[in-house]
Amino acid sequence: MFSGAQAVAWVREVASVIEEQAPYLTKLDAAIGDGDHGTNMARGFRAVLQRLDGLEADDFGSVFRAVSMALIGKVGGASGPLYGSFYLGMAKELGDADEVDDTRLAAALRAGYDSVVARGKAQLEDKTMLDAWHPALEALDAALAEGKELGAALDEAARAAEAGMKATIPMVARKGRASYLGERSRDHQDPGATSTHLILEALAKVVNEGSRRTT
Amino acid sequence: MKKLINAVDDFVRESLEGVQRAHGDLVDVNYDPFVVFRVDAPVQGKVGVISGGGSGHEPMHGGFVGRGMLDAACPGEVFTSPTPDQMEWATRKVDGGAGVLHIVKNYSGDIMNFEMAADLGRDGGIQVESVVIDDDVAVKDSLYTQGRRGVGGTVLAEKIVGAKAEEGADLAAVAELCRDVNRNVRSMGLALTSCTVPAAGSPTFELGDDEVEIGIGIHGEPGRERIKLEGADQLTDRLARPVIEDLGLNSGDRVLLFVNSMGGTPLAELYVVYRHVAQLLDEGGVQVARHLVGPYITSLEMQGCSVTILRLDDEKTRLWDAPVLTPALRWGV
Repeated sequence: MFSGAQAVAWVREVASVIEEQAPYLTKLDAAIGDGDHGTNMARGFRAVLQRLDGLEADDFGSVFRAVSMALIGKVGGASGPLYGSFYLGMAKELGDADEVDDTRLAAALRAGYDSVVARGKAQLEDKTMLDAWHPALEALDAALAEGKELGAALDEAARAAEAGMKATIPMVARKGRASYLGERSRDHQDPGATSTHLILEALAKVVNEGSRRTT
Repeated sequence: MKKLINAVDDFVRESLEGVQRAHGDLVDVNYDPFVVFRVDAPVQGKVGVISGGGSGHEPMHGGFVGRGMLDAACPGEVFTSPTPDQMEWATRKVDGGAGVLHIVKNYSGDIMNFEMAADLGRDGGIQVESVVIDDDVAVKDSLYTQGRRGVGGTVLAEKIVGAKAEEGADLAAVAELCRDVNRNVRSMGLALTSCTVPAAGSPTFELGDDEVEIGIGIHGEPGRERIKLEGADQLTDRLARPVIEDLGLNSGDRVLLFVNSMGGTPLAELYVVYRHVAQLLDEGGVQVARHLVGPYITSLEMQGCSVTILRLDDEKTRLWDAPVLTPALRWGV
């Protein structure tokens, strides 16, 4: 099971990790983009924290919609609309529920992913965040289908996201600012795929910590 | 990093406060969200024309707000596209009942944020049309890239399209003219030095003392190639020839020649570049009928320049000459 309180904890964990990793994300972006991914994401998640502080409801719809609006309004660049669309997709899928079972959570992550695809119109192997999202969601579905616990399944998803992130290194970018580099975008890790990995890793961490506390 | 800033986070706002104080007769500034708009907005019955993009390219776009050009500009963080709430606010502010045109430069972030804003504007019952500017020949236009970037052509589009809107043309005509300008304009730039985004604190890219990046983007995105420093005429050839060729200029064509500073290159050097492009056009029998020389679409303190050529017809020439009254461009008034 996954609760609204865990959703809030996840987003707070993401905010903390992004703050910590902002210089690294910016450095990756400077190599093939315009060098602002870390600062933009950190600014966005600071705004997310402010919104969460003022939020009374903890149903998924309210939480994820607040996250989405903060990101859309504060991140800018391509990541603002993309991550904003991701959380908006999750909010729409889960509505006013405040607890869902594992497969609903997986379906909501998938709905978020579909929103990212619709907004960004990228394809797999374009060297974008999709290259981390897609294998992660596949791994999550497979692990849940095998009957694994949510925490273990999310660990597998995070590992798949990491592998997907690393797989962007040899890719030639075909979307976003890195695509202007053509062949010169090779041998660099995509910053968007990197932040996606951090987001999924944070989710696995929060769920696993929660289950350790309750057992 | 050595810059005239106070706190990094206050940079864009404080710069806008300066714009408001200096040009309060022409423009006003909204701070939440950031929008620079004409003091007399909305102009009833006129198509509103708005644009926006990251800060750091001044005077684009805020310096082009005023009579005969833009009705509003949405400045993002430095080199970061503005957010949908800004464009939505601007769209509502400038709609005088005749609809609003969004002039968008072709960057994935700008496109996505403007698309979301256009959706929100239409939900609010406002007619919105968007035209994407993509004039940078340094980038290969193919299915496998984002496509060409929007650069210097944007300045010329905003002037000409703004004049058309000021004359009272309807939204469809204003949008079609904007697309027509985009079809007839090409640009390419080079960098002699990098630039530093305040929030990043270190140069966006490294460039050796004897190196030049040919085909640079306005956010410091790399271009076609990195070469050793050459004479001004040789470097100018590398910019102007691809532009002329891509535009398919023929003897007898009339053009507007725009030589732009990336921020750190002085006017004296721009004129050296201008002189040589004009020579090349002369040789090809192309008449330079109008010109613009100076820093109009910059990349912070980057040294470098861009060359933009617009093929003119009678209407575009007339609209270029039409009165304009903005912080950065003013004539005929």
